[in-house]
Amino acid sequence: MAITFDKALGIHEHALQARVKRAEVLANNLANADTPGYKARDVDFQAMMQKAQDSMTGFGMTTTHSGHMDTSSPGADGELLYRTPHQPSIDGNTVDAQAEQTRFMRNAMDYQASFQFLSSRFSGLTKALKGE
Amino acid sequence: MSLGNIFDIAGSGMTAQSLRLNTTASNIANAETASSSTDTTYRARKPVFAAIQQAMLNPDQQGFGMGSEEGAGAGVRVEGIVESDAELQMRYEPNHPAANEEGYVYYPNVNVVEEMADMMSSSRSFQMNVDVMNTAKSMMQRILTLGQQ
Repeated sequence: MAITFDKALGIHEHALQARVKRAEVLANNLANADTPGYKARDVDFQAMMQKAQDSMTGFGMTTTHSGHMDTSSPGADGELLYRTPHQPSIDGNTVDAQAEQTRFMRNAMDYQASFQFLSSRFSGLTKALKGE
Repeated sequence: MSLGNIFDIAGSGMTAQSLRLNTTASNIANAETASSSTDTTYRARKPVFAAIQQAMLNPDQQGFGMGSEEGAGAGVRVEGIVESDAELQMRYEPNHPAANEEGYVYYPNVNVVEEMADMMSSSRSFQMNVDVMNTAKSMMQRILTLGQQ
């Protein structure tokens, strides 16, 4: 049985990519914290992971005909969704700077966790190759 | 889409906030600049921020429908600086060298309290963007160590 990177690295590679994408979106929210009319956005991380998992395990629904409908939940392709504001400001801006910063920090920590998993996969592979 | 974009986004935020701080400094410095006519009196200046859309940066890559890059933002830009049209303060100071025939001088429509609050807000926002950039930097440094023991 051949070792492929896709199988060896598992879901963590997708998780890391999704984390980077989310960090970018949240950084953009923070940069626009004072822009009038700007609407805060985010990606649906759970839906993205679900889709990645489905495509890896092969249990996902495939569309083979143009009439087939997409059954994956909205946001699965990483498209940006709008946040529901708790207290939008009077100029139409819906960025809650503190909440966004918390999310950004948390996302960075989760990124570190995903990275740790990915890194240990690599060291596991190296160990297997060296046979020590 | 990559970590490098975060540097551009946070950088644009820092530029915008420092420009806002610049206008605030100018407003406070000129808060007591008197003048003899309404046209020559200093007026409070405010920057206007607008979000940069990804599609504006590279229009040839603009996707159709709901592509993953569709509508993704790329930071903030300053669209322009507007002068406040609030009423100027008219004071009766006949001994002022710039007083007009009736003895009045015009003072700018700068609200110093508002400017101080604006200054705090922009300095906090600047700080926030610096934090974002630092975090992106440490994320990038981590990825460079991937596969190392």
